[in-house]
Amino acid sequence: MHILGKLGLDAIPLHNPIIMGAGAFMALVVLAVIGALFYFKKWTVLWKEWLTTVDHKKIGIMYIVAAGVMLLRGFTDAIMMRTQQVLSVGANHGYLPPEHYDQIFSAHGVIMIFFMAMPFMFGLLNIAVPLQIGARDVAFPFLNALSFWLFAVGALLVNMSLVIGDFAGTGWLAYPPLSEVAYSPGVGVDYYIWSLQISGLGSLMSGINFFVTILKMRCPGMTMMKMPVFTWTAFATSILVIIAFPILTVTLAFLLFDRYFDMHFFTTGFGGNAMMYVNLIWAWGHPEVYILILPAFGIFSEVVSTFSQKKLFGYVTMVWAIMVITILSFVVWLHHFFTMGAGPDVNAVFGIATMIIAIPTGVKIFNWLFTMCRGRVVFTSPMLWTMGFLITFTVGGMTGVLMAVPAADFQLHNSLFLIAHFHNVIIGGVVFGYLAGLTYWFPKAFGFKLNDRLGKCAFWCWLVGFYVAFVPLYILGFMGMTRRLYHYEEATGWHPYLVVAAVGAFIILVGIIFQITQVVVSIKNRNKPEYRDLTGDPWHGRTLEWSIPSPPPFYNFAFVPEVHELDPFWAQKQEKLKHAGEPEVKPVYEDIHMPRNSAIPIIIAAFAFIVGFAFIWDITWLIFVGFAGVLVCVLARSFDYDIDYYVTASEVEKTEELLRSGSLERY
Amino acid sequence: MPQRFKSLLLMLLLAATVPLLSGCDMIMFHPKGAIAAEQIRLIIIATILMLLIVVPVVVMTLVIAWRYRASNTKAKYTPDWAHSVKLEILCWAVPCIIIAILSVIAWVTSHTLDPYRPLDSKTKPLTIQAIALDWKWVFIYPEQGIATINYIEIPENTPISFEITSQGPMNALWIPQLGGQIYAMAGMRTRLHLIASEPGIYDGSSANYSGEGFAEMAFKVKAEPAADFAKWVQTVKQAPGVLTGDLFNHLLEPSKNLPVQLFSSVQPNLFNDEVMKFMMPPMTSMAHSHETTLAGE
Repeated sequence: MHILGKLGLDAIPLHNPIIMGAGAFMALVVLAVIGALFYFKKWTVLWKEWLTTVDHKKIGIMYIVAAGVMLLRGFTDAIMMRTQQVLSVGANHGYLPPEHYDQIFSAHGVIMIFFMAMPFMFGLLNIAVPLQIGARDVAFPFLNALSFWLFAVGALLVNMSLVIGDFAGTGWLAYPPLSEVAYSPGVGVDYYIWSLQISGLGSLMSGINFFVTILKMRCPGMTMMKMPVFTWTAFATSILVIIAFPILTVTLAFLLFDRYFDMHFFTTGFGGNAMMYVNLIWAWGHPEVYILILPAFGIFSEVVSTFSQKKLFGYVTMVWAIMVITILSFVVWLHHFFTMGAGPDVNAVFGIATMIIAIPTGVKIFNWLFTMCRGRVVFTSPMLWTMGFLITFTVGGMTGVLMAVPAADFQLHNSLFLIAHFHNVIIGGVVFGYLAGLTYWFPKAFGFKLNDRLGKCAFWCWLVGFYVAFVPLYILGFMGMTRRLYHYEEATGWHPYLVVAAVGAFIILVGIIFQITQVVVSIKNRNKPEYRDLTGDPWHGRTLEWSIPSPPPFYNFAFVPEVHELDPFWAQKQEKLKHAGEPEVKPVYEDIHMPRNSAIPIIIAAFAFIVGFAFIWDITWLIFVGFAGVLVCVLARSFDYDIDYYVTASEVEKTEELLRSGSLERY
Repeated sequence: MPQRFKSLLLMLLLAATVPLLSGCDMIMFHPKGAIAAEQIRLIIIATILMLLIVVPVVVMTLVIAWRYRASNTKAKYTPDWAHSVKLEILCWAVPCIIIAILSVIAWVTSHTLDPYRPLDSKTKPLTIQAIALDWKWVFIYPEQGIATINYIEIPENTPISFEITSQGPMNALWIPQLGGQIYAMAGMRTRLHLIASEPGIYDGSSANYSGEGFAEMAFKVKAEPAADFAKWVQTVKQAPGVLTGDLFNHLLEPSKNLPVQLFSSVQPNLFNDEVMKFMMPPMTSMAHSHETTLAGE
């Protein structure tokens, strides 16, 4: 066997100017970053402060930076698809051959869900959850870093497939038999499997981490029913991750066994059954949408009550609604394939179960509305995202319930109506939510606010762009257009609507440009008083994260807070108002127990990358090198007893004083 | 802006969307068969039911946000008001009622519009067997003993009973103006019952992505009076092509943009054999497929 397995120079599509152009661009960006690191002599800082960190706040920031980069990649795919469908009508076949177009829509879905939404979600969880519950870090800081780096390896593999070899052209869920060797002999599906297996492992560990963190690390007095709603949603999401992700891992492992070892779980012959894959993948896939949307619900709850300057309406109802959704999300997966031909009883049961989810969701919408009611609503950009969400998500929910009616779904399934529906809830719910969350917690993470005007411009572009891009897709669904078409005939009458949809995508692009400008402008002006957050409480917040400086010191809380009610920081501020003028008691600091940074997570991830890459290209010896490397790292870590240390009380005191005087070095 | 001008602007905007919507041919709103007609009626009824709750929510969002904006100091402000039994009962009751009604509708229509249920009609149904291949459709008329590629003709007002399977990746048979889709899967036979109420040529396609040539799996369905259909069958019976097992194996090779083809006769039991071959223990019948590595074992 060849020493490099299947890998050869022919794996690089030199003849394809689009791919090579994209590859060259990525290489340029990487070179520019490396060059800048040398020029500004930041390698040591990067390694010591970031790459080896176990600090949840920094890991959160890295997740969100990665999510932002992946958003750009996934969005580029979206623009390419929209452009292709505008150009490829009748006698014209556009600028993409079908095998390339197929990879683009597959990559778009995979990247947006696994490498944009998931890291964005974990990033926000990392930044906010420990602070909201008064903890100094997550339960397993080392594991947290490992989760991040495993995710990063998955993202790296997906992007590598652009230049070395190709990506799956199977759609984002890679249904067999199409994804079996018989129909997808190339490395594309292998890239798909390995990037999801490795990053999926990271997701599962994160789920466990936050589950334990929320159960065990809450500060004294914070009972479950005093947790902020965002933490509740993080808890629900962690439960879903823990239960759902193993299903994904096993399903993809079966597919992998089929492809690598000639097994027959899902092949057409030898008793293989593709229907089983479709069931299993959606048994993960449906909870997955709730994994993404529940934290967004949590963000909206925080934002709505903060910017309405009012307690969240119906907290208990809210919590129950979250938990009901968590449970129900596991019993509806079949609604993704009513058209498989299950009997009417089965279809109806799953359809009705799906509709029932609309009830707790509807309750939540009402609760948000009643929170605004009799409040003092400040229209900052997080609040605008929330308003946009309330309207857009309600419409998306309606089209979703419509498709939950099996007899209606036979007509709407796999049409562009379906595409419009899930973008309606994912953009209108998940993306709007995470962007609201990012703007909301940005000053906490970085110590300065984002420019609100540019944020509002971005919001309006996203909102208008969304409707211009996706209302035509609803209409096209009724016109009988199916998804994933690289070409269609003029007589269908679809063309004008696809042109409008493309215009919508470009309006969203303008929104994204506004957001990039917003970040650049805000960083440039970060030391100006209207940006700099000196109080740690820029929004007049209600929960614990706003009670500490922005950005928080690495140990978060100099004193572990004690909580007696919901919205403890709000209550604390009210209390302070009553006792204004009284002299403050000089605090007595204590030693703080903290975890040490570690290089092992990033090294394990490097070997995991080698394992994945070697499997994809059938480089047998390298597979063993990769596994051996991982094993050595795990052993090294197991016998390393120097994993924590104490910050002395005097050091804490010094840091706190610097923080108070505002002279601590900041980002 | 004066109020009258605002409402005029709004009306103009609304008026502008009407031609945009009516100008397009949303074929699903022009059903040509009982199933499609029932399905679009269901879609409309369900949508109206849900709008009963969606429209108020949208209006409430805008009204509440505007009324309780921070600059409006005249509005009531109760920062600690967070609970009301009445309102919370309402929050749960309204969605519950709507969903309860929709659930009944969903249950009933799942049964009446079950694609597997033979249609009630005095006319004897016509069976068509559809096989999805990479990337074309083979249609077999077992009673007539004829077959076609990428084209079907059907008699109007006659229930059509489709038997559907695939020889490789999953596909879905979809003729929007006649009714909803059902998956085509290898080694399995799925069923779909449709009927056309008037003559015409309708678009059909595969609705489930099956690879590179998926976009080319569109086909036409011509519905016509029974007499014309009988004539067409006679014409096909004169066609030179014959769908033998060998030719079918040849068709298994991936190909795109195949022109319409008519076959005057078909190898008997072809459909069932092609379904069952995946159930058989190895190998003979699989040798032709892409799975060369397996066949070589």
